[in-house]
Parts: sequence; C-alpha cells; structure tokens
Amino acid sequence: MDWHILGQQLVNGLTLGSIYGLIAIGYTMVYGIIGMINFAHGDVYMISAYLTAISLAVLSAFGVESVPFAIVVTLGLTMFITGVYGWSIERVAYRPLRGSTRLAPLISAIGISLLLQNYVQVAQGARNQGIPSLIDGVFRVGNDKDFVQMTHVQLLIVIASFGAMAGLTWLIQRTSLGRQCRATQQDRHMAEILGINTDRIISTVFVIGAAMAAIAGTLVTLNYGSFDFFVGFVTGIKAFTAAVLGGIGSLPGAMLGGILLGLFESLFSGFVNTDYKDVFSFSVLVLVLIFRPSGLLGRPEVEKV
Amino acid sequence: MSEHLLEVRGIDAYYGPIQALREVSLHVDKGEIVTLIGANGAGKTTLLNTLFGNPRALVGHILFRGEEITRLPTYQIAKRGLALVPEGRHIFPGMTVEENLVMGTIPVGMEHADEDRQAMFELFPRLEERRDQRAGTLSGGEQQMLAIARALMARPEMILLDEPSLGLAPLVVKRIFEVLREIAGLGKTIFLVEQNANHALKLADRGYVLVNGVIELQGSGKELLGNPQVRQAYLGGH
Repeated sequence: MDWHILGQQLVNGLTLGSIYGLIAIGYTMVYGIIGMINFAHGDVYMISAYLTAISLAVLSAFGVESVPFAIVVTLGLTMFITGVYGWSIERVAYRPLRGSTRLAPLISAIGISLLLQNYVQVAQGARNQGIPSLIDGVFRVGNDKDFVQMTHVQLLIVIASFGAMAGLTWLIQRTSLGRQCRATQQDRHMAEILGINTDRIISTVFVIGAAMAAIAGTLVTLNYGSFDFFVGFVTGIKAFTAAVLGGIGSLPGAMLGGILLGLFESLFSGFVNTDYKDVFSFSVLVLVLIFRPSGLLGRPEVEKV
Repeated sequence: MSEHLLEVRGIDAYYGPIQALREVSLHVDKGEIVTLIGANGAGKTTLLNTLFGNPRALVGHILFRGEEITRLPTYQIAKRGLALVPEGRHIFPGMTVEENLVMGTIPVGMEHADEDRQAMFELFPRLEERRDQRAGTLSGGEQQMLAIARALMARPEMILLDEPSLGLAPLVVKRIFEVLREIAGLGKTIFLVEQNANHALKLADRGYVLVNGVIELQGSGKELLGNPQVRQAYLGGH
C-alpha cells in the first residue's frame, strides 16, 4: 500500500467531491420542490465557467491587479448572472408546463440544455477556452520522493465549498425563507393556503441552485483553467449521480453524496484505472438505483392515501 | 356593498369534468358559527377549496369583507384574514410543532409570534409538551389541534374548517368541538364543514345542507336538527 498515493487521492477526492456536492445541491433542491430533474443544470454550471473567464478578463483589462479582489468580484458577479440564468430558465421553460405531465418539463429541460450548449458554442466558439493560473503554491507533507500535496487552489475549493454548504444549510434550517422553502417542498398547496407565494419560492430555489453551481464553476475554472461548451454534460451527470447517491431531495444528502462520489472516483483512479473512472462512477449510480433507490439520506417515497 | 363578512353569490365550480357546485349562495356574518353539512361527495370540500381559488369559481362571486376575492391567487387570500384548516390536516410532517406554528404567521409577520404561540400552547397544552417533536410523529388528534393552532397564528378574522373530526376517536372529537367553541369565544367567525351533523348543528348558529352541489336547506342549527329530512339523511333517522 502506497500511503502517499492514498493520501493524495483523498485530497484530490475531497476537492472533486466538494465540486460535485455544490452542483448536486441544484439538482436535489429543484427535485425536492417540483419533482423534476433539471437536466439543464450542468449547462448552467458550464455558463458560469465562461462568465468567470469573461469577468477575470474584464477586470484585468481595467487594470485590477489584486488577485483576491478579482476572485471575490468574479465570484459575486458569476453567482449573480448565473442566478439570472437559473431564474429565466424556470420562468421560460418549466413554469408554463407546471400542472402538465411529469415528462413535459423533463423534455423541456433537455431542450434548454441543448440550447445553452449551442448558444455558447456559437457565441464563444467550439474550441477549448482557458485562463492563466492565478493562484500558485502548494502545501506539501512528506519527503522529496513520497509526498502528499494540496495546492492552494484545492484548499480554496474545499474551504469555499464547505462555507457555501454551511451557509446554505443555515439559510434553509434557520431563516424564514428557508422555512418557506421546506414548507413548499413538503406540501405546496398547503403552503399556498398559508399565504406563501410558492411560485416565488420555486424561482428562489432555481436561483440558489444556479448560484451554487456558479461557485463550483468559478472554483473549477481557477483550478483547471480550461473548459469548453460541453463541460456541463459529464460534470452535470456526475453531480446528478451524487444527488441520487445521497438521496435525491435531501440537501445534506447531496453534499454527502458529492463528497463520497469524489472520493470513490479519486481512489478508483489512483489504485485501479484512470480511464475507467467514469464507468465506475456511473456503476455506482446503477448500484444505488438497484439496491437503495432512496439514496443514503433520502426518505423512501411513501404513497399517500 | 355587502354587510356580510363572507358572501358567496351563485358560484359554479368544476372538479375535473364534473360540475361539483351549482349556483351555490351562502353567507356568514361576523361572529357567527355557520356549518355546512352534506354527504360524501356532495361538494363540501370543493366549496372550501373554491373559496381559496383552487378550483376557481367559473361563475359567480365570492366576497370577503365586502371585497371581491373570486379571482385572487390562493396565497393572497390568507392575507385578507381568511384561514383554512383543510381536510386531512396537511401539517408539515418534517417540521417541528413549533416550526409548523411559525408557518402560520406568514400573512401577519413575526411581530406577535411569541405571544400568539404562547396563547396556542395554553389552548392546546399537548402541543407545548411536543413543541420540538417532528409534527409527523403526532397522533391524529394532536395533528388536528396543530392544524387549527397554525391557522389561528395568522390572526384570521374567519376560520374555515374541513371535517376536523374526521377519523378521530369520540373523546377527541368532543375536545375538538369544545375548542371550536372556545375559539368562537375569542371573537373568531367560524365556518365549519362536517359530516358529523349532530355535533356540528349543536355547535352552530346556522347551517346549510349541501346535496349534489346544490344548497337544499338552510336554517338555524336548532331548526335543522329538528328537520325530519335532515334527521333522516344525516342523523341516522332517530
């Protein structure tokens, strides 16, 4: 057993898992509140990667030199604009279909996904885009040959993700808006009767999900520096897998599922095979669906009588 | 301008393709307890749901405090001072008892929340014992108490109840009707939909009888209790 490889893959897995967790939040919250899988969510994440690059480019064109300042402004801007995307998608593609069959918004979601991919491809080109690396530096433990390292960007990803998840948990558990979200999720018609504008709450959930995906998009772009119009697809499906693993509809489940999936995938890459890591992740999805369809923290769906 | 607190004028409503209400007219005055009785499927629940905009009345008018609410979105109706305790209670099972109560304050804000919650705990001591428990773990009677308390948290002028006694043990039913009397004593107007005609008519000032979506009879609680038709159909004929 190579302990330094294990340590390294745990660090990588935690980083990757935080990202999956952030994106999985969008899937799970939307599913929880309106019972649909928002297949355009991965592409919302992709949009946020482009917005990050654009924002950083604009800031540097204006002569902003402070990297922390540029990152904070970019994060805020990306979350805001991506949130507007999330809001608009719900308004245009899902709300008019509310009350129709369950399949209709699903198809509409696939349509939006294709629309976003092609729109970005036309507007930004099909080639890989990239940004220069902004944060250097690593923490390293061990000797010259066998070591475990965590780059500063990885650390930033883990801290920012956990911070965002903690903030969101607080919002949902402790604030009035959070209670209204939970009420709408548990019994939409009753929430309406009590005076909650549930359409507004549903919009808010889309904005929150998109903003969380935007945090992921910005962090991943800072880490890898490269992306194209198709990155939302695989990452989106992985995050969806994470949401199902944790129990779709459960917020802590999405975070836990994301982190576990990231760890599984990294450990599989490190010890078995890198080429088949996606196969492994989706095998996890299949196994969860067969043996524990309600996920780790999800409640089994009980038929109402 | 109407002088009634709630006035329903000739509404028709459909439940899917079926016409559930035909030209239903009724009114409730301030401070009254009015009951609506009728058999299963007569349209009682549809009437209450129509007051809250789902399904919508296709014909006719609904006025509350003289103001037309027929076409208001459901969530705005609570803000006018009308509260509904629906059939099946519809508490939020994943929230604690206390959180459920707080959900009732949406139309009025949190200003009086502490004071009102304390008043609810005095009215329903069982809820105080279970304040931190998930509401889904409460017994049926406790859930019904919680649903009523949650509705009262909105400080409504009028409270509508849909079969609050349904599926509960006789002792609990008795307690529920006592509570309704206490609530009426607080100056709330009550509109009660019931299959338990005996209890309901004894409590109510006035009553309506709904048969197949049409108001067939109306009168004071006493008159209806004594009416042979009502006795035959809803009170077991004795």
